[in-house]
Formats: sequence, C-alpha cells, structure tokens
Amino acid sequence: MSNIEKLLDQFSQVASNPKGQLEKYLAAGKKAIGCFPYYVPEELVTAAGMVPFGVWGAQGTINAAKEYFATFYCTIAQMNLEMGLTGKLDGLSGVICPSICDTLRPLTQNFRVAVPQVPFIFLAHPQNRKIDAGIEFTKSQFSTIKKRLEEISGKAVTDDELRAAIRTHNASRAARRKFVKLAGQHPDAVSPIKRSGVMKSAHFMDKAEHTALLEQLNAELEKLPECKWEGTKIITSGIVADSHSLLQIFEDNKMAIVADDVAHESRGVRIDADETGDSMEALAKQFAAQDEDPLLYDPDLNKRPGHIVDLVKESGAQGVVVLMMTFCDPEEMEYPSLKQGLEEAGIPHVMVGMDQQMRDYAQARTSIQAFSDVLNFM
Amino acid sequence: MSEVNSGKKAREMLQDVVAQVYQNAWDAKERGEPVGWSSSKFPAEIAETLGLAVCYPENQAAAISAKKGGQRLCEEAESMGFANDICGYARISLAYAAGVEAEEKPMPQPDFLLCCNNICNCMTKWYENIARMHNIPLIMMDVPYNNEVDVSEDTVKYMRAQFYDAVAQLEKISGRKWDEKRFEEVSKNANRTAQAWLKACSYCQYEPSPLSGFDLFNHMADVVTARCKPETAEAFEALAVEYEESVKNGTSTWKYDENYRIMFEGIPCWPVLRTLFTPLKDKGINTVAVVYAPAFGFVYNGVDELMKAYCKAPNSVCIETGVDWREGICRENKVDGVLVHYNRSCKPWSGYMPEMERRFRKDLGVPVVGFDGDQADPRNFSEAQYVTRVEGLYELMEANKGKRG
Repeated sequence: MSNIEKLLDQFSQVASNPKGQLEKYLAAGKKAIGCFPYYVPEELVTAAGMVPFGVWGAQGTINAAKEYFATFYCTIAQMNLEMGLTGKLDGLSGVICPSICDTLRPLTQNFRVAVPQVPFIFLAHPQNRKIDAGIEFTKSQFSTIKKRLEEISGKAVTDDELRAAIRTHNASRAARRKFVKLAGQHPDAVSPIKRSGVMKSAHFMDKAEHTALLEQLNAELEKLPECKWEGTKIITSGIVADSHSLLQIFEDNKMAIVADDVAHESRGVRIDADETGDSMEALAKQFAAQDEDPLLYDPDLNKRPGHIVDLVKESGAQGVVVLMMTFCDPEEMEYPSLKQGLEEAGIPHVMVGMDQQMRDYAQARTSIQAFSDVLNFM
Repeated sequence: MSEVNSGKKAREMLQDVVAQVYQNAWDAKERGEPVGWSSSKFPAEIAETLGLAVCYPENQAAAISAKKGGQRLCEEAESMGFANDICGYARISLAYAAGVEAEEKPMPQPDFLLCCNNICNCMTKWYENIARMHNIPLIMMDVPYNNEVDVSEDTVKYMRAQFYDAVAQLEKISGRKWDEKRFEEVSKNANRTAQAWLKACSYCQYEPSPLSGFDLFNHMADVVTARCKPETAEAFEALAVEYEESVKNGTSTWKYDENYRIMFEGIPCWPVLRTLFTPLKDKGINTVAVVYAPAFGFVYNGVDELMKAYCKAPNSVCIETGVDWREGICRENKVDGVLVHYNRSCKPWSGYMPEMERRFRKDLGVPVVGFDGDQADPRNFSEAQYVTRVEGLYELMEANKGKRG
C-alpha cells in the first residue's frame, strides 16, 4: 500500500466513524462542541481548548424526530434532531445551532426543548453582513457564543489563544483548498469516495491534527507525475456529497470531482480570517466576506452563477452535477439562476435529487450515467 | 362625520382601503413614478412617509389563490425551474413577476423591492430572484431569528442602522427628503390602526362571538397593505363599533350554531376556503382565535420600539413567545379546541407546530388536531383528510365537554 493510500485510509476511517473519534477525544480528557450547519465560528471552540465537531446529519432513518417535524423538511436537520433524541450527541459538551434558513429556525427551538441534556448555544447570523452594523451584530453574536464556551470549558479565552486558533483554522482551510486542487489533478490517486473522506474527516478531527496529516498527503500528491485521466471531470454543487452509494456512481462512470461548490466541503473553507488586529472583528469580517452561497443574501444579486462558471473553467471541469437536497428551499430557489448561468456559458449540468434517508439510488445512477455519456461525447 | 355613520359598512370601507392601495400603485405607474413591491412585514412607515406607492405580493398571491389561479401560476413557476415544494406564494409571485398574467389580481410590475425576512428566509431568495428578473434595486431589512423572548439591544442597533440605510436608499428612489414630522404622523396612524385592529379582534371573546375568525383573515389585507393610513384605522374603528352593536343585538357574521369555539392555527388554504368552512359550519364550530391578532397588533413609540415590533413576526419569535401569543388568545376567547394547518408552503411556521400542539393540550386542556394543506397550492390539500380531522376534533371536543359535565 502506498503512502497516499495509507493516508487516504486514515482519513476515511475517521470519516466513517465519528462516534469512535468522539470517544477518542473524550477518553483523552477533551471536550467537543457540536457545530451544526452553517458558518459556525469554529475558531472560538478551538480557542476555548475544545474540539469543534461537525454535525451535518447522517445517513439513516428518521423515527424519533417525526415527533417534531412533518415530512417536508431537510433530512440533515431531521437527522441532527434524531441523533440528539436518541442520545447519539450526548458526548458533546454543547452544540452551536445557527438559524440561517427556514428549517434551521424551528430546528433551533425543537433541539433546545427536545434535547435538554446537550447544552444548546444559539447563533443568529446577520444577512446584511457586510455593512458596519452587520459586522457589529456578528461580533455581538460571536461574543455571546464565546462566553457560553468559556462557561463550558471553565476558562477564559485570551486574545492570544483566539489569534492562535485563527491561524490553526486558516492553515486547515488552506490545506483543504490545496487538497481539492491536487485531488482534481490526480483523480487516478484520489477517488470521489476517498476525496470525501478527507474533506469530511476535517469535521471530526482537531484541526491541527487534520492539517498535519493533510499536509503529508498533499506533499505526496504533489510528487505524483501528471495524470492522464481518461474519464470525465465534473464539479459537484449542493449541501452535502458524502453518500458512498452516490459517490460510487461517479467512480463507476469514471467521473472525477475536480472542484466543488458543496457547503459541507469547499464553501466553508473559501475565506480565511485576518490574523492581525482584533480577532473577533476578524471573524466577523470573515463571515461578511462569505459569498456565492444560496444560504446567504447576495447584495450583488447574481454572483453565484458566475462563481460556478469560473470554478468550472479554472478546474478544467466539463460539467456540473447539482446534488439537490430535497426540501432545501435556498438551494431550490437559486437553482433556476444557476441553470441559466450555466446554460449561457455553454456548460452542461444535471440535477440529481437526494437526501440522507435515500436507499435506492437507481434514479440517480440513471441520471448520472446519462450525464457521463453526454460529457464523453462532447 | 365618520363613514360608519353615513351608512357605509365597515367591511366595504376595509375593501375600499385595499382597493385604493392598488389603485394608487397603478396611478403612480401611470404618472411614471416608481412602484415598489413589499413583503408583508417590511416597515411600511418608510414608504408611506416618503409617499411611495407600494404593492404586496403576499396579498396578491392570496387573492390569486382564493380566485383559483394559484395552481396555474405555481405550475408556471415550476416550468421556470422552481421546485414544487417552494412556498406557493413565492411561486405565484415569481411567475407573475416573470410576466405570467393573473386576471385574478393584477398589479403593476415593480421598480424597486422592499424585503424583510422577519417572516421567513424564503423571502430573501424570492425577492433576489425578482430583482434579477427586473434588474431593479432591492432594499433588504434583515431581522435575525430571535431565540429569546426579549429583543436584544444588539439587534435593535443592527435594525436601526438598516432602517436608516433603507430611508437613504428610498430617498434616492423617490427623489424626496425624509420628513421627521411626516414620519411621526405616519407612525401615529400605524399605532391607531393597530389599536383598532386589536379592539376589533377582541370581540371574539364574547359568547357567542359577533364574528367568525375567518373574517379576520380577510381583514388582514388591510393591516398588511395599509396600516399607516388614517382611513384604515377609521375602518377598523368602524368595524369595532359594528361588533359592539352586534354583541348588544345578539347578532354575528357567523350565521350558524356556535356549539364549539376553536383557534385556527396557520394561514388558511385560500384555494379551498369554502371547503374549509363547510364542515365547520355543519358542526357549529366557530373560529374565534387566529394568531394574526397579536402578530399584527403592535403599538410603538419611536424608531427603537418600531424595530422591536418588526422583530416580532409569527416566524421570527422563539417558541415560548409563539406559544404565549396563541395560548393568550385561546384563553381570552375561551376556545374548546385547536385546528392546526400543517402548511406545506410554510416550513418555519409548520416546523414548530408538533411541539406547540403538545403544549396546547397540556397547558389549555383542549384537543388539538392537525391537517395537511397549503396556503396557495391546492394540490397539497386533501378534502377527505380535512373533513375526517374536523370530525375527529368535534368528537374530542364533545368528549371533553362530557367530562366537564
């Protein structure tokens, strides 16, 4: 087994076993804080000496959460509640729940009342995030979260600790951005499933630990000779893209993921925070600079389609696979403009519906196979 | 002399007020002045102070749905690529903005947009899409969701800055300067309307009620589209006078038995209003509580209180406030049961309802029954299920009455 394969396996093991990973940290005397989607300032958790632990649903079946949600809700939200209700999040010392979409709003309330054993930390992001008052509001929200984290960890966070956490997270984001590029250049070495393992494991590992391992992998990938890829190249777009059954379809059709616009993957690592000056301001400005995301208000109105078109061009992709999370209003509302933008740029795309309860991928397989044929003939 | 004394019914006065809002918009368009589209709980005080004509897409969508055009426009939006589980009001509005005709309730196309996401985040994306289609300015008032009962000073500060940003943007659009005195006058009108609206709603407490709560759904259009106008306050004051007289005379707009009194939770299914009504009248179940009464009856003094008021929309408050509003009107109006509409179009609203149902049962000791429906898309409503659920609620209320003796 090559070094690359060994490293990829390490990431995959973490990605497929968050429970074991959490137990490992708890056994080592560390505390972990659950971070729900989207844009949680994980730097605050790291600065407080705890491990930010991503909670983005899980493949599974919804039972207990049906007592709180009707069927027409995003399965990530429902699965997060399901995990809370069935005690799977009890090892966490708290969860940070943003309220930025119409499903997260009631999720915050349902989780707070239904899962009292897990300390609940609320987060409201401002949509007018770029104006001075928006930055001030973000700072006030993040400051409240910092206080709650200090109560949980039992110690105050110093400015130096927060600045160090920003450096740690910037390094993690940089390593992940580099990995996405390298994985795109070497699809023969990094399959879609392995790629997902690397990106997903970052949500379950101490960031410095993940970065150290990822820098090793990146260094190995950089040594590889140029890849003569005979399959096709695509970018993925959506909320999550970690289902092995789905990713296997890409592998079976020799489709390489050369970049992504996935919330769980690259959307969260695009923007770094300033490592100088006031750290809380730096985090607020980092959020203010987030863009090209259906979850966020776009003051320029139409930046996202252009961003995806650029991503396709820069990465050398031939097309886009939109993985549409069922019942995700923001993604659905922005689909027509994305479709129009891609069509105007002559970029083929396909939309595939998905959710975390999905068992039967036959329809997805048919759509992706047909799309692969289209790309092969172009 | 007020119009109620001149013989005009309050209901007609209220209809005239809304009709005038849309006529003003057509007239403004005709004169070449800019016309805005506004979300229902954007601070209406700004446009009113600056004398800008504004229309209300949610009100339009409800009217189109009630006149059976909802499905047609929803399907048009779906053909544009909008998924069929997106809010029906949004789909109707997006189709209309894209040029699909709607004889049911036409209104002029927009020159600017006023978006406030206190009621939902869907609003943000809905208005962004319209702004793109028409290449027009979008004025965004963001109200962060509140997890606590009180509105924090940080939120007020953020909102106040946005309020004055919106004023500056609309000064440019209107070509007029902000007049503080006019703003005070407009605020006074809005407060007067709110007080009159609350007064009118309060008559639901009488047994029998002089009105059906469904009347309040219809009168909502006035609170949404014209709360800053003196004629709206006058019309609601006239309505309250009529209700007062009805109480004295023992009459009611509800022409059936009042065996039981319920809260109807959620927005009605506009396309099937008659279907909603039929089993209720057959069983003598009058609706005497709707959450819109407290949600739109806000009175304020000055910009900071105005900002706090706009933070309190049905989908922007925490579950405790939501329960408190509803249980307050259920107690005041002495309801025997609650009928919950699981509205496919409204994820934030329906997302709290299972937990609220449990609280209503526990705190109020009344039966609660839910049904699936949609405010605008009739494909999401099943008459058979609805009728069965209303029968179920009736039986539970009967059993409850039996227990109480």
